[in-house]
Amino acid sequence: MPQQFLAQGGAIPMPQIDYGAVMPVLIVLSAAAIGVLLEAFLPKHQRWSVQVTLSLAAVVGAGVALGAYLSGAPDGGVTTFKADGAVAGAIAVDAPTLFLWGTLLALGLASLLMIGDRSLEPGGAFVSQAGLQGGGLQTRERANTTGMQTEIFPLSLFALGGMMTFVAANDLLTMFIALEVLSLPLYLMCGLARRRRLLSQEAAVKYFLLGAFASAFFLYGIALLYGYAGSVKLGAIAAATAGTDRSDTLLYAGIALVVVGLLFKGSVGPFHTWTPDVYQGAPTPVTGFMAACTKVAAFGAMLRVLTVAFEPASWEWEIPLWLIAVISMAIGAILGLTQRDLKRMIAYSSIAHAGFLVVGAMTLTEDGLSATLFYLLAYGFTTLAVFGVISLVRDANGEATDLSSWAGLAKRSPLVAGVFTFLLLALAGIPLTSGFIGKFAVFSAAIDNGNAALVVIALVASAIAAFFYLRVVVLMYFSEPAPEGPAVSVPGAFTTAAITLGTVATLVLGVLPAFALDWASAGGFAP
Amino acid sequence: MTPTYYLLLAALLFAVGAVGVLVRRNAIVVFMCIELMLNSVNLTLVTFARVSGELDGQVMAFFVMVVAAAEVVVGLAIIMAIFRARRSASVDDTNLLKY
Repeated sequence: MPQQFLAQGGAIPMPQIDYGAVMPVLIVLSAAAIGVLLEAFLPKHQRWSVQVTLSLAAVVGAGVALGAYLSGAPDGGVTTFKADGAVAGAIAVDAPTLFLWGTLLALGLASLLMIGDRSLEPGGAFVSQAGLQGGGLQTRERANTTGMQTEIFPLSLFALGGMMTFVAANDLLTMFIALEVLSLPLYLMCGLARRRRLLSQEAAVKYFLLGAFASAFFLYGIALLYGYAGSVKLGAIAAATAGTDRSDTLLYAGIALVVVGLLFKGSVGPFHTWTPDVYQGAPTPVTGFMAACTKVAAFGAMLRVLTVAFEPASWEWEIPLWLIAVISMAIGAILGLTQRDLKRMIAYSSIAHAGFLVVGAMTLTEDGLSATLFYLLAYGFTTLAVFGVISLVRDANGEATDLSSWAGLAKRSPLVAGVFTFLLLALAGIPLTSGFIGKFAVFSAAIDNGNAALVVIALVASAIAAFFYLRVVVLMYFSEPAPEGPAVSVPGAFTTAAITLGTVATLVLGVLPAFALDWASAGGFAP
Repeated sequence: MTPTYYLLLAALLFAVGAVGVLVRRNAIVVFMCIELMLNSVNLTLVTFARVSGELDGQVMAFFVMVVAAAEVVVGLAIIMAIFRARRSASVDDTNLLKY
């Protein structure tokens, strides 16, 4: 037996890499690495401006590289990082990947703008030293007077690069590495809030322990699928499923564990328990980044895994996923009703939306794919703008996220209340917003696929969820403001740009969705 | 050689780790249980590599080790930060965020 392994030794041949196709990811990840170096060598007072310039330039540059590649992209996509003689490479750059990369870069740009903002909170939303403890007047003073921990920029770029690799990964090992590259920076970013240090650190601990637990399950699923198929390539797993002489136990257990790992990242249904705590405790710009980009990445990867690897076994996972979608929508809609904290309420709303996305992801038709991609784009922009607006309403203790302090906001600031109302209507799925088009596309694809019962449940859930969005609207417009209530800060250029981008995208995708829908349905996954 | 024994041992270790995460209260011990789960996966991967006679599984085990090391760096930093603030590493004490 050892000879058998030794015979495979020798020089490892260089894999074929299509640099043009993966250039956006390379740009983002190398900018992140350069950012870490800058942290080490630049004096403290220069870091913020240099890091902001570098990270915004990297994301824009990656977008330009993506645009340049798009014009000449081959039909049907390519797979790269291909070993000699292999059928498919480790990274698949196909139509859904390109769409998701575009989405992630646009959302990442808006998130970086929010993360870089220093006008709302003097010095920025992040603590000057991650080791600074919560509580105590002295720390509070130090926390308030000094600049921010600028490692947040390289960390966000690493997370963004990990997400881009995650949605393009064509084998499960690459997917696992990308999952960790996107998760580890996020755990740290959660713990960096300037205000409410204890809550922030608690969110980081919870996210880290549960996230590591979930990725261990994901990894065990990969190992079992490797034992089943003899390979972790998505295509090879699909091919192995077609044969009949292998152990079904390994396949079913492997699918279940891998999908649970992905559902955890997408904060779906019964695997959502970290979501409200982490969304509430994390600094608001980071919450926006997580809510928008992580969800895009998790569902992008789930679409690929379900379509490319597990489609031949779809009759085995359809019913469990059906139940999970129902549970997720029910939890999100019903528990969302009982929330008093705005960030927590939006967290439950994101769980309900994750349920709608599962409805789309389990519809393995062309329409289902393009509808889910469009939904991700629309939801990402809306939710990012929502967190942008939440970061504007402040009192002496920082952000005032308690629902009661938002009473009568329309009288103090009609513009902010109007924008927030529009965004909440988009989350509820009212026509003329992107939320309506997204829901319509996903639900009609699911009905065409014969899943009418699930769509009826989803409609009931969105009706329940609409109640708690409208409750906030009513509170803002028809209540008297409290005399000592919070003030609406005037945002600086960065946050204004991010909120405007999110709001305009929500409106444009709601009124003229055709171009985005066309792009989303440009093609399927590379084999 | 019977691979089944190795696979069963790995599954047992994975289960011990998973139960440990659920019942232990100290964040460091919870974290060690997660590492145990990752290492049981390594055993599974190496066993399957031996069964199929391919090197892939062994290479994957190395990737898992690297990821586990990176996770230790991040995890211990976070646990240290909250320990310094609270003088306790118990996961029951981190209960400000709820409902």
